[in-house]
Amino acid sequence: MRGESPFLRLEDLTKRFDDTVAVDHVSLALERGEILALLGPSGSGKTTTLRLLAGFEVPDMGRVLVEQDDVTRVEPVARRFGMVFQHYALFPHLDVGQNVAFGLESLGVRGNELDQRVGRALALVDLAGYERRRIGQLSGGQQQRVALARALAPEPRVLLLDEPLSNLDPALRERTRREIRELIRRVGITTVFVTHEQDEAFDLGDRVAVLRSGRLEQVGTPEDLYAMPANEFVADFVGRSSSIPVTVLGPGERGLRVSVEGVEWDITEGAPSAALRGPALMVVRPEALRLLQSGPGALNGVITARRFTGSASLYTVLTEGGSSLEVSGPPRSVAAGDQVGIMPSRRAGGGMHLFQRTGP
Amino acid sequence: MKSRGPAVASGLLLVFLLWLVIYPLILVLVEGFQDSSGWTLEYLRLFFGRRNEAQALWGSLWISVATVVLAAAIGIPLAFLFWRYDFPGRRVLGGLVALPAVLPPLVGVIAFLFLYGESGFASLLVQRVLRLDEAPWRLQGATAILLVHAYSMYVYFYLFTRTGLASLDGAVFEAAASLGAGRWRTLRRIVLPLLYPALAGGALLTFMTSLASFSAPYIFGGGFRVMTTQIVATRLNGDDQLAMIETASLTLLALVALLLLRGARVVENPAGGRKGVPPALVSIRRRWFRWFVGALGCGLVLGLLLPHLTLLLVSFVPVGTWTTEPLPPAYTWRNYLTLIDDPVRARPLLNSIWLAATATLAAVIIALAAGVLSVRRRVKVGGVIQALLALPWAVPGTVFAIALATAFSVHAPLAGRVILVGTLWILPLAYLVRNLPITSRAVSAGLRALDPSLDEAAATLGAGRWRTLRRVTLPLLRPALVAGASLAFVTAFGDFVTSIMLYTYDTRPISLEILSSLRQSDVGVAAAYGVVLMLVSAAVFAVGADRGSPG
Repeated sequence: MRGESPFLRLEDLTKRFDDTVAVDHVSLALERGEILALLGPSGSGKTTTLRLLAGFEVPDMGRVLVEQDDVTRVEPVARRFGMVFQHYALFPHLDVGQNVAFGLESLGVRGNELDQRVGRALALVDLAGYERRRIGQLSGGQQQRVALARALAPEPRVLLLDEPLSNLDPALRERTRREIRELIRRVGITTVFVTHEQDEAFDLGDRVAVLRSGRLEQVGTPEDLYAMPANEFVADFVGRSSSIPVTVLGPGERGLRVSVEGVEWDITEGAPSAALRGPALMVVRPEALRLLQSGPGALNGVITARRFTGSASLYTVLTEGGSSLEVSGPPRSVAAGDQVGIMPSRRAGGGMHLFQRTGP
Repeated sequence: MKSRGPAVASGLLLVFLLWLVIYPLILVLVEGFQDSSGWTLEYLRLFFGRRNEAQALWGSLWISVATVVLAAAIGIPLAFLFWRYDFPGRRVLGGLVALPAVLPPLVGVIAFLFLYGESGFASLLVQRVLRLDEAPWRLQGATAILLVHAYSMYVYFYLFTRTGLASLDGAVFEAAASLGAGRWRTLRRIVLPLLYPALAGGALLTFMTSLASFSAPYIFGGGFRVMTTQIVATRLNGDDQLAMIETASLTLLALVALLLLRGARVVENPAGGRKGVPPALVSIRRRWFRWFVGALGCGLVLGLLLPHLTLLLVSFVPVGTWTTEPLPPAYTWRNYLTLIDDPVRARPLLNSIWLAATATLAAVIIALAAGVLSVRRRVKVGGVIQALLALPWAVPGTVFAIALATAFSVHAPLAGRVILVGTLWILPLAYLVRNLPITSRAVSAGLRALDPSLDEAAATLGAGRWRTLRRVTLPLLRPALVAGASLAFVTAFGDFVTSIMLYTYDTRPISLEILSSLRQSDVGVAAAYGVVLMLVSAAVFAVGADRGSPG
């Protein structure tokens, strides 16, 4: 990474539709060649953010900068941002080559050079020789690659992808994800993509920006988000977890001492905040807990469901206090209806997060 | 064991349709090549020998082509204006633009007469303003025909373009923009090619309608003949065989045009059904420009609705009170009351109602039988039946009028011919033939939209074929039946082209009464009848539009 200032900057972007705030003071910065995932549930403003970047929407406030160059009010036509649409938006009446050539023609590329660059773009996505195919003859995966080639052919400054994998069947997704990642790396283009799937965001993104209701909740590497979620929403949205109300008693032998339904545990949270006191919510990853015989000292409950996930099973436990917790354990060790106890896993660390309860 | 009922029923239906749709057309062809002494090519020779025959055929062709061009030039930009851009009043105005559709052909023609004719409002107004001695123009000949055609048929292009625009994937516009294509390039390279099927559909419909058009050439043609008016004139001259050859030539022209234009539509929707979302409207950012476009839209709509308003105004004018004033000096309800009070005046209204209702009922029954047999039971001859039902759409009304007049003017029961001409029954029969395409298209579409497993579900619940039809199919099909029936009724109710050749004094329909009122300079009554036709059409379209809207 070269240079001090970021390549692409979103400054304080805000967009209202009627009386809902779709994007609420979002600021982000990307280095050249970085891949950023915009992750969030539907209605979180991730797509609007992408459309603000592409220029299809004009923000009510804030700026979009590329290498210090303010492009906020530059029309999409002149912005030179490549975009891959959710349903690809390939031109069905043009063949593959004509689709890929379309953006190059806008730049005035003609003749031999046009053919060569179309060929290169198609070779990039492994579709060399497909120039004269009709769009309707292609499979979903091929259409997606044509859309990528079309977006990349004019050598845009930034690549934008709107839910790039949502239209592929699950078996194809993982492979395509890998291919896209390699392609973007090879081209070295700065990329922003939108997804509502955490797997996709973690796998493709160098960093992930989690959005909720138009607000940026947290931005960081996948590891950061998982290990140090900034708040309850991120902890819950990123990775499997369940939550239970606790009372923070104060510093313990290791980390913080909390009371979980009357049972006292020491929590070594990723970044334990010593200021935390009183009622709090604990968000727990399944692997941070373990099952044992019910008894004093353990959090007791009854198994309500068991889900086999391959190497382990995921047990849902209804505690005596009425909370539902997911616990990872060896397959078939217990069955639904069994009485069990729960303890923090011995190697626990980073799997439990405490958040101050706001208000009563 | 498979029941033989459907096979028998479809056989009967096939024979009936062949007798009603094909047989009369064949008789026309045969009679054109026959005279008292047997087979002859005399009339064919006559047809090719006369200059005015070729002129009429050429007239039909170029008028139709010019109509397509003009209608496209009006309808497509209007569709883009009202369905691509957002401005105040867009929805209402966009709906009103389609209103020329509620004027049946003859009514549109007389409305133009009242507006732009020698003593029409617009003509008188211009005459006054410019202080001319006579009307500034004459509403006559090819120009007048084209004017009326363009006015009444741009709606096809308008509606087809509108539907086409709505079915595009909105992301396509954005994709073009993000690839650096400006407005014009996007329009030329992306939007118009994608609208091609819709535009071809509009062109086909406009061309066929224009080729079959009779009212405008009949009223405004003067010395200028197209094939439809030529046929009627020849027939009135008593040259029956020549009229047959003319009829055959017009049929041929229509069928060739249909084949050519249909052939151009093969690349329909290359990528399959639409994905994504309909295109968002382009909002006009500058405030003054938004209002300017809104005002422009208002002006356009007002101009397009002038014929309707004129008709309404004239319908309140008492007989003989309005001569050269720009606006009528007196108004009265009398014209409308006459339609009810005066038994002679009321007769055409009643006639049109029962004639159209009878034809509609018959058309619905046939369409339903054909639909159930070919869509549901999938009988072998289903395709042929559907084709026979669709055929009258392509064949001009004048042709069918001649064909039916020919077929049913002879008593020869063994040859399938009885005398119906001059009786009450020829008009309902003619309306029926003309209604078959509209009705059967609506009913078949409705049947195709029904999930076939509903039938199977009813069967597993022990319902027999009739109970399934009565309790499941018919109730679900009701919207389609209502749509098909009301469109058919409206068409028959305002029919002029077949009526003028087949009516008798006792069965004279509204359109003929309008014509005779006009000849007696009784414009008020003519307009009142026109308003009645207009309102009935409007009611039917309103019901249709209501059903078509989401939710």
